[in-house]
Order: sequence, then structure tokens, then C-alpha cells
Amino acid sequence: MSVLVFIETNEGEIKSSSLEAVCYAKSINENVVAIMAGEASSKELDILGKYGVTKVFYNESEALANDSQGLAEFIFSGVEKEGADLIIIARSSLADSIAPKLAIKAKASIATNVVDLPSSQSPLTVKRGVFTGKAFATVSLPEGRKVLTLAKNAVGLKESPSSCSSEKLGFSEVASPKVKRLSVEKATGSILLPEADKVVSAGRGLKGPENWEMIEELANTLGAATACSKPVSDMEWRPHHEHVGQTGIKVSPSLYIAIGISGAIQHLAGVNSSKTIVVINKDAEAPFFKSADYGIVGDAFEVVPKLTEAIKRVV
Amino acid sequence: MNILVCITHVPDTTTKIKFVDGKELDKNGVQFVIGPYDDYALARAVELKESLGAKVTVLNVGKQETEPTIRKALAIGADEAIRIDAEPSDAIFVAHQIAHIAKQNSYDLILMGRESSDYNGGLVHGMVGEMLGWPSVSPCMKLDLEGTNAKMQKEIEGGKELLEATLPLVAGCQEPIAEWKIPNMRGIMSARTKPLNVVEAISVEGAISYNSFDLPPERSSCKFFEVDQVDDLVNALKEEAKVL
Repeated sequence: MSVLVFIETNEGEIKSSSLEAVCYAKSINENVVAIMAGEASSKELDILGKYGVTKVFYNESEALANDSQGLAEFIFSGVEKEGADLIIIARSSLADSIAPKLAIKAKASIATNVVDLPSSQSPLTVKRGVFTGKAFATVSLPEGRKVLTLAKNAVGLKESPSSCSSEKLGFSEVASPKVKRLSVEKATGSILLPEADKVVSAGRGLKGPENWEMIEELANTLGAATACSKPVSDMEWRPHHEHVGQTGIKVSPSLYIAIGISGAIQHLAGVNSSKTIVVINKDAEAPFFKSADYGIVGDAFEVVPKLTEAIKRVV
Repeated sequence: MNILVCITHVPDTTTKIKFVDGKELDKNGVQFVIGPYDDYALARAVELKESLGAKVTVLNVGKQETEPTIRKALAIGADEAIRIDAEPSDAIFVAHQIAHIAKQNSYDLILMGRESSDYNGGLVHGMVGEMLGWPSVSPCMKLDLEGTNAKMQKEIEGGKELLEATLPLVAGCQEPIAEWKIPNMRGIMSARTKPLNVVEAISVEGAISYNSFDLPPERSSCKFFEVDQVDDLVNALKEEAKVL
């Protein structure tokens, strides 16, 4: 068996979710080959080697970055070159666009949003999130080439040092890509919500967008991403890409702190893969407390600054 | 212009999901609706029909039980419907059915939700695009047409991209691409007589199989702290939950 892992970078750094994908691959097969768009310098080789990658295909062409069509073709050439049976990709907005194109190109079966290590190798059997976070399904993939896309935290990071070599892989540059990127608006430097290990989320209980400062301060103290409930994004208090829930982003951080969010079933669907949930709400009857590990019944404007100070004392 | 809108038939978003023996969805008392993301795709198609003029065909892969959902899409403003008579067992299966229909017709635009709210594969739009050799964009938050030029906004982590492509194309839609439409009485009446063609499915290899389902583990009861006990909460997060 041969396993190929797609490595994604953000602002020049290999994403930790891609390293999780490496660890996932390592648990299935001793030999793990990776493929990335961008420069594979000694910095990248060191990190990939630390988690057990033995070889990385790369191409630093600018034309590849962020083009899902081009990347699907590039990864497929790596699949053919390596004779890979299994391709593992950590979920992201880019990966979600690459995966279906790659599956068709590679004539592979595919399971997306996988949340745990395989329960069987033959047939490959994995657990994936379904019903928008409300349930899990155990699925088997047929014989032949396979693609898996992984949810955040599907597996923990584990070092497994080996020496990693690099090999430049050519690709045929498409003269005019089918989809042209005209511009990008992206928050830089902030922690990206879908990949965040900690999330501080707030809802209508905050009363208005001007009150988010204390949420941001708590998030900064924790090194957390900020998020919000659907009503908050609908009212445009916060940008749409912060909306967590059934029709928004699904998160699976180790810590989710919900402030002034009642906990409607649609919101819970987006967060119930979180490891630990803390709920702060002045309404003791808020349904969210039933899905929480820790709770404080109290006014957010009083509790949040105190909590921020308390965290500053220990971290 | 011809627009194909692919819809799913899924439990209402407020449904408490349960399974029969962990093998299949307990449909008892479950209200089925057009997939919430598909509803945005349909609404955008109807808006484009109203502003630019278009014929809107809605397609569903499902057994006869999905017909009330398809009729609702007709009531919202689609002109005709196709039901592929099969269980939508897997993304590859569904994508092949859609591509097969698309090859026999001349659609300019294929719209659907970014993912179904039951199996959440999020794959069908990209697969159909690949099978047809068309561009595909998802999740698409905005779609404006000028002739055969489409300008789209795609959501990415922490922001959005402005994209451009030429028709024909496939888009997986999400809010705020359009406002959901509620069928009016005239729409509901006319939907009864709009054509709904039932087509046999083609056979497809490579589908994954669903063995069993389970629910997320219940959380043990919530541990409460008083407002002046935030230090104890922080301590619990550190020592007990080990997340700090």
C-alpha cells in the first residue's frame, strides 16, 4: 500500500491540520509520501520529517497556489507517479474544492469529513460526521483507489522522526484556468476558525457589535479564534465566516466557550464535536447548559472580563 | 438560458436525529424539506429567471416519497422537474446521475447546495463539474451573470474570494446568495400540473457503503460555577479537562 498526503500551507507555514493528516496516514502505513504546492525548503523538510514523511513532491509555481483545478491535477500526477492507493487530505475550503475533482480524476471512491482512525483496513472502514454534526456514520470504501478528507482533530499529532527527501514534480500549466481569482479579502494574522484549537463564540446576549471587544480580548488571551451564532451574522454584527452552526462552520476545537448563546439545536450541530464546552449565559434555563461540560449562570458583561483576568493569571 | 437546480430531500433542520437499530434513519415524525443550502440555490435560480429570463429545471435523486419536496420546488418557481428513481446512496452515484442528465440537455448553469444536510459529503458539485469538464465553485455566496460571464464570491477561511468564470458552470450555493422563497398560492396551484418526469438511474461503480450510524456521546452533566468562582472554572479547565 502507498499513501499520499496533501500538505497545505497558510501564510508560508505548513498547516497543523495537514500534519494531522500525516499522522493519520502514518497510522495506516509506515511509508508516507506528501505533496505540496510551494517551496520545499529545509524548513518544510524538517517539519514533515519530524512527523514521519519520507518524501515530498513539490512545485513552487505561483499558478498552483489556491487553484483547486490545477491542484487536483497536480496531486493526481503525484498519485500516478507514486502509485498511491490512498490519498489523505485535511479539510479546508481549498481541500473541499480539490477533493471531488481529484476523486473523479483518480477514479477513486471517497469519504469526506472523517473523524476517527479507520476501524478496519480491509475494507477500509471509517467514521464520518453526518446529519450536519448531529450523528456519525460508519462507512466502508470499495476496493481500489481511495480518498479521505479529515475533520480537524480526527487524530492527535504524534512525532515519528524520519528523514524527508524532496522531489520536484512538473505539471502542465493551464494557460487560462477555468476559474479566475479576481481578488481575495482575508483576515491576516488571526487564527482561522475551522482550524482553531480554542474558540470563543458569542451570541445575541452581547446586545450589539460594539461589545465584541471583551470577546476578542478573551480570545487573544486564550490564543483562540472568535466565532458567533447565526442571528449575530444575520444581523451583520460579525462577518459571515464566523458563523458556527448547522448552516455555518462546523468546529471541533478542544475548548469551545459560548457566551450569550442560548444553544438552539442548529447551533449545537456545529459545535458538538468540541472536546470541552463552557457556557456562560444569564438564563439558567438556556438549553446550551444541557450540552455543556462547565457553566456559569451570569451576566456576560460581568463574567467575561473576570474570566479573562483569571486566565491571564494561569497561562 | 437553462438552469438545472439539484435538490435533496432531507429532515428539517430542527429534527432530533434518531436511528432504527443504528442502521437507518428513524423517519417517524420527521418532516422532510428541500435541503437548506439547495433552497438557496433554487431561490437564486428563480431570481435569475425573473431578472434575465430562464427555464429552471429541478432534479432530485430519490424514490417516490420525495415528490412532495419536488412539487414544493415547482411551487417556488421551477418550471419542470426530473426525479431519478433511486436512493441517493453516495456522492459518486448522485454525481453520475446528474452528469448523465446534463449531457442530454444544454444547461448553462447547474446550481445546488454546498452540501446536503443529511450526508454532508459536499462533493457532488465538484464531481459533476469534473465529469462535464466545467468549472465548479463552492461554497458560492454570490453569483451574478453578465452574458456568459459569471462573477462569484466564494467563502474561504477568514474571508472571501471574488472569482470569475465563463458559463456553463456548476456552483454549490450557500447564504447569502439569495433570500429563501416561500411558495404562494398561485405557485402551489400551478405546481400540480407542471411536468415531473421520472427517469431510471444509470448504474455506477465506486460508491461507498453505509454500515451503521451512531449519535455523539452524551455529555456528562454540566458542572456549574458561581460568577465569583471563575478561578475555580479556570482551574477545572486546566487540571480536569486539560485544555489550557
